[in-house]
Amino acid sequence: MDWTKIIWAVAIVAMILVLWPRAKQMMKDTPKAEKGDWQAVVLPLAFVVGFVILLIMLV
Amino acid sequence: MNRLDISAARPTESVLSTNKLIKNTYILLSMTLLFSAVTAAASVMLNVPGWTYMASIIGAFLLIWLVLPRTAHSSTGLVVVFGITGLMGFGLGPILNMYLSMANGPQLVGTAMAGTGIIFLGLSGYALSSKRDFSFMGGFLVAGLLVVFMAILANLFIALPALQLAISAAVIMLMSGFILYDTSRMVNGGETNYIMATIGLYLNIYNIFVHLLSLLGALSGDD
Repeated sequence: MDWTKIIWAVAIVAMILVLWPRAKQMMKDTPKAEKGDWQAVVLPLAFVVGFVILLIMLV
Repeated sequence: MNRLDISAARPTESVLSTNKLIKNTYILLSMTLLFSAVTAAASVMLNVPGWTYMASIIGAFLLIWLVLPRTAHSSTGLVVVFGITGLMGFGLGPILNMYLSMANGPQLVGTAMAGTGIIFLGLSGYALSSKRDFSFMGGFLVAGLLVVFMAILANLFIALPALQLAISAAVIMLMSGFILYDTSRMVNGGETNYIMATIGLYLNIYNIFVHLLSLLGALSGDD
């Protein structure tokens, strides 16, 4: 097996372990979305999806 | 009180400090992106080996985890930020060389750069002008990030091209969400340190660029 894969795997596991306590805390502390909040996110993200598809078609 | 009304009720002093934070963040972000481009160009010209990318990313993340939190409130933090972004830019060399060797390589790299810029400016501009509080996305984004890390880990060993494409698409969506989240944290007082705000936005831009390039490279008509 390629040695770089093993180092990448160790690095990613370390990232997950470092991120895990912070992620748990963030998931606990995140305020609940109010009416219309997700709508305000979906619209710009739909723009990103459309824009990326356009770029793929251009190259 | 509705979360949307908070910014309207803030005193002038708070608005001024928010404006200063936003201005400092975008100035520092521009400088670090420029510095990153210089180190990336140097790395392309030096034709550095493939493992440089891995070494640079690991080095940069060690700086982010171990050094930046201790220095972010002093002028040393600026040196650390340039160290991190310079290192990450330098790590792009092998990736850029790989794509530049393709027939339509320069077009791919240029399109990914321009595309990343438009996505960032569009989303950050939207978050700044709408002044919406996107803090409700925090849990969703961080959970998505963990899932992506696990998928990357699995794909190191199973090496499915389709999964690689799905990971790249997911990273672009997640980082787009993080741009909204991080920008709104600056506007709504969740982030008060411009060095930390810069690093957050820089990582979003960097990841969008790398994964957009990967998507364009894999799905472009010319191999």
